[in-house]
Amino acid sequence: MDLSAINPVLLIASLMVAATAVMIAAIGELIVERAGVLNLGVEGMMITGAICGFAAAVQTGSPTIGFVAAALGGAALSLLFAFLTQFALANQVASGLALTLFGLGLSALLGQGYQGIKPPSTPRIDIPVLSDLPWVGRILFGHDLMVYFGLALVAAVWAFLKYTRAGLVLRAVGENHDAAHALGYKVIRIRVMAIAFGGACAGLGGAYISLIRVPQWTEGMTAGIGWIALALVVFASWKPWRVLLGAYLFGGVTVLQLNLQAAGIAIPVEYLSMSPYIITIVVLVIMSADKSRAPASLGRIFHATH
Amino acid sequence: MIRLEKRREPSQVFAYLTPVLAVLVTMIAGGLMFAALGKDPFVAIKTIFYDPLFGQYASFDRPQLLVKGGPLVLIAIGLSLGFRAGIWNIGAEGQYILGAIFGAGVALAFYPLDAWFIFPLMILAGAFGGFLWAMIPGILKVKFGTNEILVSLMLVYVAEQLLASMSLGLMKNPEGFGFPGSRNLQQYPSAHNAEIIANSGMHWGVAAALIAVIFAYVLLARHQLGYHIRLTGEAPRAAKFAGVSPGRLILVCLGFSGAFAGLAGMFEVSGPAGQVTIDFNTGYGFTAIIVAFLGRLHPVGILLAGLLMALTYIGGEVAQSSLGLPSAAIQMFQGMLLFFLLAMDVLTGYRIRFGQGETA
Amino acid sequence: MTEPLLSIRGLTKAYPGVVANDDVSFDIQPGEVHALLGENGAGKSTLVKMIYGLVKPDSGEMLLRGKAFAPSEPKAARASGVAMVFQHFSLFDALSVAENIALGMADPPAMRDLAERIRAVSDQYGLPLDPWRIVGDLSAGERQRVEIIRCLLQDPKLLIMDEPTSVLTPQEVQILFETLRKLKSEGTSILYISHKLEEIRALCDEATILRLGKKVATCTPRDTTAREMAELMVGAELHVPSREQKEPGAVRLALKDLAVKSPSEFGTSLKGITLEVRAGEVLGLAGVAGNGQDELLGALSGEIRSANDMVSLDGKAIGATGPRERRRMGLLTAPEERLGHAAAPDMSLTENAALTGAERKGIVSGGFLNWGRARGFAKEIIDRFDVRTPGTENTARSLSGGNLQKFVIGREVMQAPEVVVVNQPTWGVDASAAAVIRQALLDLATGGAAVIVISQDLDELMEISDRFGALNEGRLSEVRPAQGLTVDEIGMMMGGSHDMEVADV
Repeated sequence: MDLSAINPVLLIASLMVAATAVMIAAIGELIVERAGVLNLGVEGMMITGAICGFAAAVQTGSPTIGFVAAALGGAALSLLFAFLTQFALANQVASGLALTLFGLGLSALLGQGYQGIKPPSTPRIDIPVLSDLPWVGRILFGHDLMVYFGLALVAAVWAFLKYTRAGLVLRAVGENHDAAHALGYKVIRIRVMAIAFGGACAGLGGAYISLIRVPQWTEGMTAGIGWIALALVVFASWKPWRVLLGAYLFGGVTVLQLNLQAAGIAIPVEYLSMSPYIITIVVLVIMSADKSRAPASLGRIFHATH
Repeated sequence: MIRLEKRREPSQVFAYLTPVLAVLVTMIAGGLMFAALGKDPFVAIKTIFYDPLFGQYASFDRPQLLVKGGPLVLIAIGLSLGFRAGIWNIGAEGQYILGAIFGAGVALAFYPLDAWFIFPLMILAGAFGGFLWAMIPGILKVKFGTNEILVSLMLVYVAEQLLASMSLGLMKNPEGFGFPGSRNLQQYPSAHNAEIIANSGMHWGVAAALIAVIFAYVLLARHQLGYHIRLTGEAPRAAKFAGVSPGRLILVCLGFSGAFAGLAGMFEVSGPAGQVTIDFNTGYGFTAIIVAFLGRLHPVGILLAGLLMALTYIGGEVAQSSLGLPSAAIQMFQGMLLFFLLAMDVLTGYRIRFGQGETA
Repeated sequence: MTEPLLSIRGLTKAYPGVVANDDVSFDIQPGEVHALLGENGAGKSTLVKMIYGLVKPDSGEMLLRGKAFAPSEPKAARASGVAMVFQHFSLFDALSVAENIALGMADPPAMRDLAERIRAVSDQYGLPLDPWRIVGDLSAGERQRVEIIRCLLQDPKLLIMDEPTSVLTPQEVQILFETLRKLKSEGTSILYISHKLEEIRALCDEATILRLGKKVATCTPRDTTAREMAELMVGAELHVPSREQKEPGAVRLALKDLAVKSPSEFGTSLKGITLEVRAGEVLGLAGVAGNGQDELLGALSGEIRSANDMVSLDGKAIGATGPRERRRMGLLTAPEERLGHAAAPDMSLTENAALTGAERKGIVSGGFLNWGRARGFAKEIIDRFDVRTPGTENTARSLSGGNLQKFVIGREVMQAPEVVVVNQPTWGVDASAAAVIRQALLDLATGGAAVIVISQDLDELMEISDRFGALNEGRLSEVRPAQGLTVDEIGMMMGGSHDMEVADV
């Protein structure tokens, strides 16, 4: 065992990478839940995004097109959920599960023939001088664009919810859909848009795993990250900046346990591998004391009766 | 413009009709998918749904219906009790694994002793393992209000790692030439969950599933606990008013579903699977969710749905070998089934009206 | 005569199985306070929803200042100068006052400017309100102010108010009326929906009376007696419940310093409630909604547990026992919310009969349920209380509000309770059914039970109570004999005007 092999600068830099996928997916789900919809299909949308992005990037050679395809794929899948819950008025928990099971099958089907291929690499930005700064350079200026995109997305969602009228309407719909309807807001339309946004984000998060983090395609490769994104939203008490915090915490645990594995610590690999999930549970327990922030209409079916 | 109008009474006709309709629509959509994959849709559908029952090799496939259907029904019955009450245990896969580990653990501890009590003890241990794993989300929910969906699901991943660790470490077969995996319980008569009737597929797990169906039926139709479970799902506040203790109910429902999933895992590891291996679990815990919904959370419905879902597994394998249909296509087919079922379900509670709608 | 502000011509709206409005016509003049009067289910709500663009009429037309008016959605109605204050507030608990008001405006100014305007308008009309407070923390009266100010900021020509006084104390009602009269003097018309006749006589210039969806009369309230209007509204002579006067017996239910925390975030915790109810006595508890009524009922039903000696039944401490044990001992309750609390909407009446009747009616034995007995019990309730339903296997949801209420109250009454507690027993029930329910409660008292009626309907309480108290912010006022109490005294017991005239900036 050699703990000195763990370089703190690299650790921080790589935790930012490890956190990005779950962060993007979670911030999307946050918008969905603030609109009063609980979409448990994040895992399914992520894995679909992962293969859509991977396939498109391999076919076109462009990671950018890959990410666009991933967002579209995730959003398209989420519209199925939107149809079930908003138009067919199906139970949201069951529909979310269906989406995940369906997405896992769909991605495995789409992924036939993409196993063992390397995708085109996504360049890191490299700003001369800044990126070469000791410590800070590697942490702040040496990442791929999606890391910054994730951070910008968190900021944008925060500003959207806090300062814009559309954000206010979205929160109102999630808080009391009957009242919002009585005021003449299109509850279903707003929710469908939120669900699609959440799907696009989940797709992007999935593609980040298959195109940058790993980067290759294997079936079921998201390995529960989608569920952790759902947990993050609860952890964050539905507040954008706390999603960032939670994602970095999760990224930190992931990276640390990988480093410990690499360093050959005397704990079996399996127990290290389960640590992110156990820590997620522990954090969920700690955070469940503060439930007051959940949008009041979360998970409830809306049907306009008059 | 199409709009929905809530029925004053849920439609009885559609309650029975929607699962059938969902199966039909899934067959059509699935056929289109198979066609898109370049297979003849009619041949594919026939291969999946007809051949295993009546085809050339049906005598080999038919027992598999019980082997695959048994665990699905057993797990789904347990899940349905919780789902009825609005308690969402979706970590049955993990409870299934724990049941297998506990059951196999008992067997391996007594190996090579030959004694009648080993198998019954394994049954108890298996149920206890699943129960214990389900109590984690249960107690956390009751004590702290933690979301049981996320906790039970996280525990699946933990259980998978535990399974890997067991098959590589503690339970590894000392005579296994270094290969991962435990001793094969099929070769240990005191612990073997053998077929009750040879070549029928009928093993003790299938018997347990049938008992579970009857148990759940009586519980829901006649017993106050079953009534309280239904009441909690329909109207939680009314249930509390009636005197149901929500915490107790959560523990009971999760306990049952965990124990049933654990039993399924134990019967599988001591029977069809034979040993604890890294890839022992094959997703029964998740497919059982589809089974539970497809059976409309009703015990008899679940029995039928479990057999149907088992058929798609077997038919899928047949289609994989004879037509080269990817196994993922079957997984997607099962997902589609749940989708269409949920979409059709709207017909039970609502009437569809065409024509000029209200301002919505 | 000037051109009417709003003309309603032959409006008709039918829902499956019921004609909500049948050829209704009337005019509202500029600067007029026009009452829309009718029993629950007479079609008042549907009518105003059509004016506000929430519902489209099947036939008929509306004219606003002589021009065709057919709002396709509330936004369009608001743009034409029609504003509405809902009976069940369409407010967002977790948002601030200013955010709530912004949501009701087509083109709100920046939050800071909006807050200024809210302060200005609220001071002008004597309705002080802090724009930054979270709505969930406001009292019912304050929440209504949010709705009113939301409307006033749009400079409405017609203000629709749906049962606005049901959440106010008598003193608060007077303040609201001042505000409305000030609006009227500025030329705003008000469509005032109510079934409280004295209020209408005090405030309104004209009244249109609906019964079963049809207009039955238009009258000038000042020149019509309350009794005449009541009979127009009900279409029959009213039956006043009667009872024999008896000396009250021994104390059956006693609360001693009952204090429990509300289980819901925006609920009201109970603070030090002490009271006694004797055999043969009816105790009426008044109070504006949200002052602890639900919590008190929960603490008595056993849904909310307290320290054991805080609640006692016939001298036995039961504060820590659960609902089923309390029922076995004879303490029965009926909560306010019928669907979802007192009854499970999608379960049959048989199953709902077992909900509270399992223990006392011998439906459960050894853990197993005897559905035959449950069905028999459901049948008894349906027969005795004339519940209109095809049969015992119909769902609770399929019943009309009044019929379900009869079922829910009947279910408790027919279990021969020792003590019965009901919350809002006649809310949303037509007059004849209400009379049946009140009579059943009085009969129980005559038979030696102790009865607690929690209600927001003061007339009802004065009619049936022997003693009277009021809940205010989770505390109980002094309990006094009901006979001889004045409206002013009752108002003060309910908390007076809740500092409404004092700016709370």
